[in-house]
Amino acid sequence: MSESSASVVKVIRCIVCPTGCQIQAISKGSDIVFEGYTCKRGLEYAEQEYYEPKRILTTTIRVENGFLPLLPVRTDKPILKEKLDEALSEIAKTVVSAPIVMGDILIENILGLESNVIASRNLTQK
Amino acid sequence: MIYDVIIIGGGVTGCCIARTLSKFDLKIALLEKEADIASGTSKANSGVVHAGFASPREYLKRDMCIRGNKLYNQAVEELNFSFQRIGSFVVALEDGQIKKLEEQRREGTQDGVPGLEVILDKEKIKYMEPNITDEVVGVLHAPTAGIVSPYGMTIALADNAAMNGVKFFRNQKVSKIIHQNYTFTVKTKNKEFKASNVINAAGLYGSKISKMVGLDYFTITPRKGEYILFDRNAMHLNKILFPTPTKISKGILVCPTVSGNTFVGPNAQNITDKKDTSTTEAGLKEILEGGKKLVPNLPVRASIRNFAGLRAVSDNYDFIIDNTDVYGFINVVGILSPGLTSCYAIAERVVEFLELLGVNTKVKDDYNPIRPKPENFKDFTKKELDIKIKEDPTWGRIICRCETIPEKEILNAIHSPVGATTLDGIKFRCRPGMGRCQGGFCRPRLIEILSRELNIPYEEVTKMGEDTNYLIARTKDFRLNTIKGGAEE
Amino acid sequence: MKKYKADVVVIGAGAGGLAAALEVKKAKLDVLIVERAKELGGITLQCIHNGFGLKEFEEELTGPEYIQRFINQVIDLKIPYLLDSMVIEITKEKKVYAVNNNEGLIEVEAKAVVLAMGCRERTRGAINIPGFRPAGIFTAGQAQRFVNIEGYLPGSTYVILGSGDIGMIMARRLTWEGCKVKAVVEILPYVSGLLRNQVQCLEDYDIPLITNYTVTKIHGKERIKGVTISKVDRNFDRIIGSDKFIECDTLLLSVGLIPENELTLQAGAELSDNGGPIIDENLETTIEGIFACGNVLQVHDLVDMVTNEAKRAGLNAVEYINGRYGKELKKKDIIKCIPGENVNYIKPDIINKRDLSEEIIFTFRVRYPDRRVQIQFKDENNNVIYKKKKIYVIPSEMIELNLNLEETKIDPTCKSITVEVIPRPEVLIEEE
Repeated sequence: MSESSASVVKVIRCIVCPTGCQIQAISKGSDIVFEGYTCKRGLEYAEQEYYEPKRILTTTIRVENGFLPLLPVRTDKPILKEKLDEALSEIAKTVVSAPIVMGDILIENILGLESNVIASRNLTQK
Repeated sequence: MIYDVIIIGGGVTGCCIARTLSKFDLKIALLEKEADIASGTSKANSGVVHAGFASPREYLKRDMCIRGNKLYNQAVEELNFSFQRIGSFVVALEDGQIKKLEEQRREGTQDGVPGLEVILDKEKIKYMEPNITDEVVGVLHAPTAGIVSPYGMTIALADNAAMNGVKFFRNQKVSKIIHQNYTFTVKTKNKEFKASNVINAAGLYGSKISKMVGLDYFTITPRKGEYILFDRNAMHLNKILFPTPTKISKGILVCPTVSGNTFVGPNAQNITDKKDTSTTEAGLKEILEGGKKLVPNLPVRASIRNFAGLRAVSDNYDFIIDNTDVYGFINVVGILSPGLTSCYAIAERVVEFLELLGVNTKVKDDYNPIRPKPENFKDFTKKELDIKIKEDPTWGRIICRCETIPEKEILNAIHSPVGATTLDGIKFRCRPGMGRCQGGFCRPRLIEILSRELNIPYEEVTKMGEDTNYLIARTKDFRLNTIKGGAEE
Repeated sequence: MKKYKADVVVIGAGAGGLAAALEVKKAKLDVLIVERAKELGGITLQCIHNGFGLKEFEEELTGPEYIQRFINQVIDLKIPYLLDSMVIEITKEKKVYAVNNNEGLIEVEAKAVVLAMGCRERTRGAINIPGFRPAGIFTAGQAQRFVNIEGYLPGSTYVILGSGDIGMIMARRLTWEGCKVKAVVEILPYVSGLLRNQVQCLEDYDIPLITNYTVTKIHGKERIKGVTISKVDRNFDRIIGSDKFIECDTLLLSVGLIPENELTLQAGAELSDNGGPIIDENLETTIEGIFACGNVLQVHDLVDMVTNEAKRAGLNAVEYINGRYGKELKKKDIIKCIPGENVNYIKPDIINKRDLSEEIIFTFRVRYPDRRVQIQFKDENNNVIYKKKKIYVIPSEMIELNLNLEETKIDPTCKSITVEVIPRPEVLIEEE
């Protein structure tokens, strides 16, 4: 296996701190190595972003009979980045009823992603 | 139903005619093509009430202006709009221009313009207007010149006209006029109006309307004027400042407004598109340079808005006020500066024409010339405020925090005789959105109020009428409707 | 007229106001909160994204979750508050007048006032753009309110002017609601908001970030049909021939925030160049007993920092009432803090010499980004009294320094200190 087979497969901009290191994911044979990070947290971030990027989804959900028409919600665990769009459509279709307390589970195990959609605030009835 | 008079155009000219005629026992309708009155030239001009010496002596507009200026006192008393007779300076920057000032003074005085005086004492000039350039060599002082809110006055005129029975129809663009058996049938997209007499006060579209009855004897060209408005407190001017005029225009002036702002403008650019109210980089530069000749320390950094207005210029540069060959059709067109000053005099002339046409001009018994001053939160003492809020709690809900405007004033603007139906309509009637935040805080509240009061959905609330909607859809509906199949994509 | 009495009146029930009120209450004094909106919580309620609370709670929360925790405490501690109540006047004697629609005019008589009115969005960006004035121009925060709270979308295709955090967060938010964001346009050569937002709000969704450009023309007479953007030179003047047209139906402006101090000014307090009131090390304004905290004082990066500052304001109001500051010591002997090279502003604006032995929290922002710098404090005789190295500074990150000036080489007779952020001397040598 020669050095020349190494190639950069992805550049990840680290967001752990404001320095913003450009971390390269480099393919060396069957391995992926990371270069350009300057701290351990940066390496962890790059590995996660390379193998399984996930995000907390924060959006709103429609409410019936609420003090406001929408309630802010989020997933209680990060979900796969590629599933965000599907999850957003699922949430858009859903309507919940007031009253609601922060932390209430509104959609359980959304799309089977092992994450619940929970209320970000209390919402009283109209 | 056949109206005695239909007025086409809800600018200051049309509304002033409507209000003047509203004292007679006549059935009157006013048609405006836009969503609100004062939407064209009357919305974007200098707001200057001229003394009357500036136009050439052979022009009708000179007579109208001098007479119109005198009629302002009574109008202000009756209609309670903001007007300040602060006086103007025509500024000479070189000795050669003094001759022009002297000539204007002499001729103006002969024609009845009061108080004109050429001042050459620089110290006195500086005392009267400390912001004026050091280059000044003399000024022509006209103490009867003043400033007015052009849309504020137009709205006051319209409200008083409506109080006295004039019917206002907005969103009514006239598409056709049929003249048969001494009756005019005026058609719009969705309505038809009949009248014995028609007054064409259609501003930029005056020639188009005139042609509808076969009268094709003038053209109207739009002339664009750009302005820059400065924040309140950025500068305090005592006087309206004009440069010494050239043959083409009165030039770029620097002027205070009745709300305490200062503006510079306008330039003058003949264009072809009657809707082109866009400002341009070159134009804004031109007016700043022009303004700096009179006031070198213009507060450029405190500019809060730029805008452009279009003046309706006829081929002979004069007003065209004609009792035309088409019996009962009166043209009131080519009303550019000093049209705002002249409107009361123009209306007088229209009354004379109508008398010649046999219209009965007996003042009706119940005519009420008074448009009460709109009640204003800021004018109340704390004690009065407390009583007001107890009487009507909407006085206690502040919608615009920059200008401290409560819901009550907005409701009054919506439910006044010719009420606001758009956000701009509210803004021009009671100022929310004109402050420093330019509507950042109040706009959601205003949309809520308009939606509720007019009983329309949020999405149908507009800035200034058709196709100017603010919001397009409910949040989740949009995603579900636009992303077909949602998750599957 | 309805009358209230309180030891401390807090103006504003956002992150700042709530935290300040809680401190006062915990010190067993009476506090009253006056809020103009119809619920407690302020702007944080509409910031539904996450990234809040890492400092305050050591966990990552959304805006509403963060503020709900404070609201819950206010309710648990039975702190009284007035909603839908707009303050119309604050006097030097610490009387606060407000109006609301069920009580009419309200007078609150207090011993101390905490100003926590927050900030508003700058609109300047659009105002000087030539072109038409159609419907479809929104500030980013206003759009955020419509989308997240009111439940309406301002448009379908967007250009966002300004790469501040709210602008970038709105780019993602709108994308998530099915809208198209064509570009985020930034006049500066670098992004103004946090890197994290650049990556997670723009790059994740391939939204172009166009730096060194600005909007130079607005098209469309009724509703926006598009904008022209142009490259700018160092003086931000348009470079001729660089124009590009972008079709859109909405222009969002994210061109900065300004502390909202109309009431402060009218009360007679003096403001500094950053738009916030002049304050001392105790967050006290130039009017005795009136304190300021949060975005009304200076625009913060993170709500956690607002909370922290507000707690100090609340505590200082308590100490003021309890008479810790002897009146005879009041602001007679002060040191002025002056922003120097590459410092936009600095808080506090003045330091009472009586407090030199205590730790003082300095907060400031740089004017432009720089690497490998030295932060230094100098007195009026150019004696450097303190210096600190920093790898990277950027205007979007507020710098906070806790300093006990007595432990520095400060000359106790000095009248002013100037704070500078300058290239490190050794860096200059390296580059020569």
